[in-house]
Amino acid sequence: MRALSRLDTSIVGRWWWTVDRWVLGAFLALIVIGLVLILAASPAVANRIGLDQFFFVRKQLLFLLPSLAVIFAVSLLPVRGVRRLGAVIFVITIALMVLTLLTGPEIKGARRWLQLGFFSLQPSEFVKPGFAIVTAWMFAAAAQEQHFPGRRIAIALYLLVAGLLVLQPDIGMTLVVSAVWFAQFFLAGLSLVWVGAFSVLALAGMVLAYSLFPHVAARVDRFLDPSAENYQIDRAMEAFANGGLFGTGPGEGAIKRVLPDAHTDFIFAVAGEEFGLFAGLLIIALFAFIVLRGFARLYREEDFFVMIAAGGLLIQMGLQAMINIGVNLQLLPTKGMTLPFISYGGSSTLSLSLAAGMILALTRHRPPGEGVS
Amino acid sequence: MSMALNTSSGPAFPRHVKITGEGKRLVDEGRGRLVLIAMVFAAAFSVLAVRLIYLTLFPAGGEPSIARSVIKSGAGVASTARAAIRDRNGVLLAVSLPTASLFAKPYMVGDAEGLADRILRILPRLDRERLVRKLSSGRRFVWIRRSLTPEQHQALNALGEPALDFKIEERRIYPQGRLAAHLVGYTDVDGRGIAGIEAQFNDVLARPGDAGRDIVLSLDARIQHALRDELSRAMAIFRAKGAAGVVLDVRSGEFLALVSLPDFDPNRAGDFSADARFNRATLGVFELGSVFKAFTAAMALDYGVVGVNGGYDATRPLKISRFSIRDEHGKGRWLSVPEIVIYSSNIGAAKMALDVGGDRQRQFLDRFGLTKKLKVELPEIGRPLLPRRWGMTETATIAFGHGISVSPAQLAAAFARVVNGGFDLKPTLLRRKADTDARGERLISARTADLMRRILRKVVTNGTAGFADAPGYRVGGKTGTADKAGRGGYNREAIISTFAGAFPMDDPRYVVLAMLDEPRGIPETNNLAQAGWTAAPVVGRVITRIAPLLGVAPKPADDPRVFRALKLKVKTKEKKLETF
Repeated sequence: MRALSRLDTSIVGRWWWTVDRWVLGAFLALIVIGLVLILAASPAVANRIGLDQFFFVRKQLLFLLPSLAVIFAVSLLPVRGVRRLGAVIFVITIALMVLTLLTGPEIKGARRWLQLGFFSLQPSEFVKPGFAIVTAWMFAAAAQEQHFPGRRIAIALYLLVAGLLVLQPDIGMTLVVSAVWFAQFFLAGLSLVWVGAFSVLALAGMVLAYSLFPHVAARVDRFLDPSAENYQIDRAMEAFANGGLFGTGPGEGAIKRVLPDAHTDFIFAVAGEEFGLFAGLLIIALFAFIVLRGFARLYREEDFFVMIAAGGLLIQMGLQAMINIGVNLQLLPTKGMTLPFISYGGSSTLSLSLAAGMILALTRHRPPGEGVS
Repeated sequence: MSMALNTSSGPAFPRHVKITGEGKRLVDEGRGRLVLIAMVFAAAFSVLAVRLIYLTLFPAGGEPSIARSVIKSGAGVASTARAAIRDRNGVLLAVSLPTASLFAKPYMVGDAEGLADRILRILPRLDRERLVRKLSSGRRFVWIRRSLTPEQHQALNALGEPALDFKIEERRIYPQGRLAAHLVGYTDVDGRGIAGIEAQFNDVLARPGDAGRDIVLSLDARIQHALRDELSRAMAIFRAKGAAGVVLDVRSGEFLALVSLPDFDPNRAGDFSADARFNRATLGVFELGSVFKAFTAAMALDYGVVGVNGGYDATRPLKISRFSIRDEHGKGRWLSVPEIVIYSSNIGAAKMALDVGGDRQRQFLDRFGLTKKLKVELPEIGRPLLPRRWGMTETATIAFGHGISVSPAQLAAAFARVVNGGFDLKPTLLRRKADTDARGERLISARTADLMRRILRKVVTNGTAGFADAPGYRVGGKTGTADKAGRGGYNREAIISTFAGAFPMDDPRYVVLAMLDEPRGIPETNNLAQAGWTAAPVVGRVITRIAPLLGVAPKPADDPRVFRALKLKVKTKEKKLETF
């Protein structure tokens, strides 16, 4: 990239020298790993459900260019632009989620999807980055202007989003959104008394979810009871053992032929089997790198909005990765959560590209005063 | 990124900007909290990494189990495969295997003759002319050969001809061939069960799912083999048209063997005649003759119309309306109840039944399951043929097994109810748990059952079925030789020979039944084809072969316990009470 001189003042030139190229590289690495793994895992799944064997690969490739474009375009935005984009996305996705509840088809007992011609959209995937930005905006505004009821608005918006998610119902997504929102509130200076109070509330919420939703209860029970047969998890455990240090080799794995969600929720197990321990560690390391390096950059951040917004987005991405990998490693109860950038899924990939673009945009080196706080 | 950036458009800026007031305090506090969250994340990712290493290096159970799991869950092609059928010990009787079928895409074929020759070198039995015609048809798809062997598949693949391709299809294989053909049944070309267990449990077998859904039969392949072997030998020796055989556990109700001959190879069921595919053991109903005297005696003893020392005069034929019932080789004297069974007296049996009466006879046979279809897990079950009118004549003839037709399996089940202590029994073709006692309510008194056991043993030691004995195994049973009903009455040349046996008679565990359809006498049997000469020896030989497999130990005839259990004083002279 010698072509871009430090003296280049074009938009792209400035972007190149100010963006966090290491994190950008990590994102791109995850996308490439994701493609390889979908190529490995999805033909077996497609075969089993009677689709063309490269059906999922082709669909994922279809989303690749838009995703890369989104990462690049969004990361070009100034802080103010990110904030505007986040707000717009938030408003649109809330409207779409309401629409989904009213008109969406019921798939596996939940209304999460909107049928949009050739592909189905999951609006709740997109609400996550939008909501993180709007929450950060409200907290930052509350800190700056004495009489602006930013915190109250943030709480009200949270109740709205959580309510819509529970109605679908999507308990896992509710959990992630709640955790991210709470972490942002924490970053924004929530007093420790309230931290304690919210923790109790969160615990109560989880107990409530356990008692209200039978599928949640069943999954948790099965996780807590070591003697219970958990088919998917047992197979995933065998996958890691079978893979060993270097894996069985691409395409040689057996797990993908028996796990229904090998190309989405259990793609990490496929990685463990076909590419081995080191590939698994590499994936964990990439996520840890993105989150921790992002945090390190935020540590030197002076802009309060940027700190909360980027912090929220990083926590969201890190949490999602952790939950997915945790389920694969039998550290958490089964939860349909995608592994960012690696699992198959259009909505998820696009939404995460949006989040990644925002993270890159917010963590770019800026002259002072170019923030919004 | 610690260095300050210098762009041409702006001045170098300091890395920390002093901002004051509430915002500054919050940012500073936020930094602290950022570090806290980062630490949580670092710890969590470390836990994930450690857990991944642990799972990879120290798998649960310590053995590589993926292969087993893939088999268990039926991965790949096998995942949709029809489930297997096994015998009680796990021997495969039916299994689905993926086989490759060759098809061509003629529109891609350039040199049809050349390609045909190359194919013919591997599949020499194909017709060259037809093959060339197929290959030059220009169509998009044409079958060349279904179900290739792995060698042929590989050789054809090695031709590297793009116009040839394979479709992996599932093929139903019956590794035991004819062994239990009628019982296991077979499938049509689309893999749907259309006979036997394959049809009966088609839904279960076809349902895709996890392993462990194989159908496990009560059948024991070793016992099935012994029975089939002896029956086919007897069939050949006596030039019989057909044969059927049953081995039944009298306590668990499990059929251990069920043979019908002639049989067929279910791997190519279509090549066989309807007669070969006909299940004589369960679908065929026959007049099985004197075996019924066992039921008649049990009935008369149980209703108390005659005692074990009582008897009937059998000196003269019994005349009922225009029929005359006579004994084949009659003793020409008074016979006690045991003697009527032992020497198989039609006159005695008929008189006993007439004393009991037609209604009670019908109820009795009903209780023993001889008037309704046998309830067992097969689609091919024959309905018994009963007389339209159950009058005196019918009562008398049914007493010795004429005028009623039942299937051999049904007769075996009824016989088991006599020798198992007199209890009802629900027979099955599916394996039950070991040592299951499936006996139900009592059908005849313990005393009657005990007497019948002793009487049936005497049939072998002193009566018509001497050839059924298997030294040491205490065989008992009853012969039956029935003239086949044909056009215009009974045909004396065409007979059905049956022996229903059980062993060991001091504590009966198994019923063994053999039936020969139209056996013909040979010089060694004095040209006789009676059951005692033809069917009884089959049962004796089968028992000699299967008793060791079933864990029945031989015991010497003078074993005091066996002796006590089988002792029976048979009266040969009528006690003249009126002389007192």
